[in-house]
Amino acid sequence: MHEMSLAESVLQIIEDTAHAQQFTHVRTVVLEIGALSAVEPEAMRFCFDAVTRGSMAEGAKLEIIEIPGTGWCMECGKSVTLNERYGLCPHCGDARVEITGGNELRVKDLEVE
Amino acid sequence: MCTTCGCGSKEVLIGGKVAAKRIARVAKLGNVAYRTLAAVAPAAPAPVHSPDPANTRRIQVERDLLAKNDTLAASNRALFQARHMLALNLVSSPGSGKTTLLVRSIEALKGKHAVAVIEGDQQTENDAERIRATGVQAIQINTGKGCHLDAGMVGQALDKLELPENSLLFIENVGNLVCPASFDLGEACKVVVLSVTEGEDKPLKYPDMFRAARLMLLNKCDLLPYLNFDVSLAIANAKRVNPGIEIIQLSASSGVGMNEWVEWIARNSVTLS
Repeated sequence: MHEMSLAESVLQIIEDTAHAQQFTHVRTVVLEIGALSAVEPEAMRFCFDAVTRGSMAEGAKLEIIEIPGTGWCMECGKSVTLNERYGLCPHCGDARVEITGGNELRVKDLEVE
Repeated sequence: MCTTCGCGSKEVLIGGKVAAKRIARVAKLGNVAYRTLAAVAPAAPAPVHSPDPANTRRIQVERDLLAKNDTLAASNRALFQARHMLALNLVSSPGSGKTTLLVRSIEALKGKHAVAVIEGDQQTENDAERIRATGVQAIQINTGKGCHLDAGMVGQALDKLELPENSLLFIENVGNLVCPASFDLGEACKVVVLSVTEGEDKPLKYPDMFRAARLMLLNKCDLLPYLNFDVSLAIANAKRVNPGIEIIQLSASSGVGMNEWVEWIARNSVTLS
């Protein structure tokens, strides 16, 4: 979807953090991306490289932790795996599955110098 | 460049003037507090990527990518609430009839509500000009390469509008059923427009948007006799992704169903604003 805007948000978070934490170069950026967040990790890598060119994060390694989609099926009364948003319960086929994990879209940590 | 939709944000125009986005963003978020990993977990293992661990450190950030937008959206929402305004974010694919719907809605609301409109498109002032021809204020945001409006752009547009107490603000988002779903603008709710010249399975193909909306307007219903569009299937699909979604069938061109929409606005301008 809008990976370019999100990559710009990553750079902004880096710049804000650099201001607060007094660093000048970023070696590694660790992102958490949930399977249900509608963000393609490969598109994010592409955009991250483009956006960070000429910045303190140019050439930084981008580590993406992919978090699987999970939900709570109200019919089965148990936790289930979800491969898509608003997907059906893989056990009973019911649509009433509350998403419990996989929405993440977050800068987890940075390795800086 | 976004590989999916061409999204970028460096060429935003608000009312024809270049937006001060990249300057503003650093200034507004420069004072957020952080914890270093060393303070939280002194026994953290040495970074494996660094050939020179003495000069590197890990910083725990834990910040959501949409946090900046959400902060700006909260500021817009506070303004709407202080003025008892109802702000609606209209979203749809291109060509669903949003602007015609707005023009007809403004005509129906004249004398009942003060109305202002923020128009979002990649390029041209066409939509704002169509709205201004009805006699109400409209400001055009051109997102350039961007595929959606964000809360910062809307906040800058709000500064250029006169917004009296109890007025109604329509925000016509960029025609796109994907990206605008994720960006809160501070609105009371999203209203998704689906036209009957599209497929009944749009809610299943683009579930995020139909999930994010409180109301679905099924537009162009005057064309149903000429199409093989299954209204009950479209409604069932919308309810499948969002069981609580409200649905109004109408035609902005013929006027059928417009009363129900205007009544919905009147009802919600009391409860949502």
